[in-house]
Amino acid sequence: MSDANDDPQQRWQAAYDASKLRDVPFETMSGVPVDAVYGDGPYPGEYPFTRGIHASMYRSRLWTMRMFAGFGTAEDTNGRFKELLGAGGTGLSTAFDMPTLMGRDSDSPWSLGEVGRAGVAIDTLSDMEDLFADIDLAGVSTSMTINGPAATALAMYLSVAEKNGVARSQLGGTIQNDILKEYQAQKEYIYPPRPSMRIVTDMVRFTTAEMPRWNPVSISGYHIREAGATAAEELAFTLANGFAYVEAALAAGEDVDTFGKRLSFFFNSHSDFFEEIGKFRAARRIWARWMKERYGATDERAMLCRFHTQTAGVSLTAQQPEINIARVAIQALAGALGGTQSLHTDSYDEALALPSDKAARIALRTQQIVAHETGVVNVADPLGGAPFIEWMTDEMERQAEDVFAKLDDMGNGSILEGVYAGIENGYFVGEIADSAYRFEREVNAGRRIIVGVNGFTDGDDGEANLLRIDQATEDYQRKRLDTVKRERNQVAVDESLASLTAAATDTNTNLMPPIIEAVRTYATLEEVAMAMEQVFGTYVEKAIV
Amino acid sequence: MTDKTEQIRIVLAKLGLDGHDRGIKVVARMLRDAGMEVIYLGLRQTTDSIVAAVEQEDADVVGLSMHNAGHLTLAPAMVEALRQGDIDVPLIVGGIVPDADVEALEQAGVAAILGPGASAEEVVATVRSVVSEA
Repeated sequence: MSDANDDPQQRWQAAYDASKLRDVPFETMSGVPVDAVYGDGPYPGEYPFTRGIHASMYRSRLWTMRMFAGFGTAEDTNGRFKELLGAGGTGLSTAFDMPTLMGRDSDSPWSLGEVGRAGVAIDTLSDMEDLFADIDLAGVSTSMTINGPAATALAMYLSVAEKNGVARSQLGGTIQNDILKEYQAQKEYIYPPRPSMRIVTDMVRFTTAEMPRWNPVSISGYHIREAGATAAEELAFTLANGFAYVEAALAAGEDVDTFGKRLSFFFNSHSDFFEEIGKFRAARRIWARWMKERYGATDERAMLCRFHTQTAGVSLTAQQPEINIARVAIQALAGALGGTQSLHTDSYDEALALPSDKAARIALRTQQIVAHETGVVNVADPLGGAPFIEWMTDEMERQAEDVFAKLDDMGNGSILEGVYAGIENGYFVGEIADSAYRFEREVNAGRRIIVGVNGFTDGDDGEANLLRIDQATEDYQRKRLDTVKRERNQVAVDESLASLTAAATDTNTNLMPPIIEAVRTYATLEEVAMAMEQVFGTYVEKAIV
Repeated sequence: MTDKTEQIRIVLAKLGLDGHDRGIKVVARMLRDAGMEVIYLGLRQTTDSIVAAVEQEDADVVGLSMHNAGHLTLAPAMVEALRQGDIDVPLIVGGIVPDADVEALEQAGVAAILGPGASAEEVVATVRSVVSEA
């Protein structure tokens, strides 16, 4: 017995034929027509999706060119957003300043010197209104890179949209909200891991029910890698965190086929070209297999490892900064060959400061060159089947599986408990610090050459024109906050915060609705954070070298 | 005058909210491997907590790592806090400090600045040199 569905190639062909294609010639620069895929199955779009999540990949849709931006005040960043959209960017990505990421207001003593410096300062709904002023929130997809206070940021975003007549169900985008990697790498946590996981799970439940186009968690290896992890550690820790979120959502009674579709990932693209491509391919294969076999997903869309990629900030050199443009181009190409769904390309001056306008534009142009000039988008998984790529993919997978086995053991059969244990016993931070130091020693010993740093050092003609955020931003933002606090209805603020604290004590209450209520009274980010901190406590990391 | 034959004791810390700790941990290991006694206080320290640690540990030098562009505010605040506490130990700042800010930090009393790409030799030599000059 045989029909079309038994033959993988015919199955792929049927899926490809059903895809809407971009109206461009799929041929080389010299006019040679090329096929949509080469080599053997499993084909792109087919379980376990090693070769890509769609049958037609970039022939249907290029990756989203999503440039991360944020600095100074909300008005400043709003201006940058409009420039990026005007320049052909297709999604927004918001960088918040350090106080905002830590749930602190601009007038907190902790915020001294940090307001608006490394991202945009958001204290109240009023700032979020300015951040997205004159931008059609039904028409863009927005990414917000925030974790500890993610629920508050999401509440503010949907409140801005609703004030402008856009329903929450229409909103498309992603909030990073990956709290586990904060304890492992980025260190922007507020509460201890378990209450933090409750917030994440509440957000997954809330968005699954009310915001079907929203990705409630972007499970992020980026920061793990930046902190010093190897490619395989980045892959393993990230996917393990993903398994932990799945286990938490399952424990809360959610349906894996429903929330599984909304989980997305965020990886780093570093300079070792084939290792990165192997990592991306392995990520898709591992995720699909675990979702299906371990967590019982039956809908293939809940098995897809959809991911955003950012080039490796840590690879950028302060020395001869212009040569970073070449590094970024190579890393961006690896992301495209790895089948990424969206891409941020770093600006050449980012080892020194936030990107200047010119550097940000060159970075966007770099990925446009990859997309429109190189031809790599014409063929899905063009490297698939090459012995080295397949070996590298297998090797990344093997190393990751070793880590999963260790975590499974640490958690007595639960990856979630294994991840908690690894946070508590210093496993993650220890492994990452060991890898960072190993790399540094190799560079120091000259066994690895970083061009411009320990080799080929002639020609460093100093720093480009850097973006400077001056102290005036901090003073201005504090005045703004003061005005909002004076003009709001304090009774409503106090009542909403009291309700939030009460909700925090009851694990059966979803925290999102009371947080939305609180931000609408113009309660500040810090006030909302403190209302929950009273119940959840704070997290202090053990200082381990 | 510090006796250079004694083991140098260095307090390392992240001051304020900045969570970028890859660099300072690498530096901590470099200095430890060079035979120094490293007291790493960790993240989210205040000028007060650092002053207290320097006193308690009888440290010879303090190293702060800064990656969030807050150095022009935070480094002078640290110098001032040490001065207020009557503690005469030099402060080294590492991390991301644009060239244009180096002079301002030196004038504010920062003893040395270590930028990205500094080798282990440079890091160790800088610590030894600021301690011997103190």
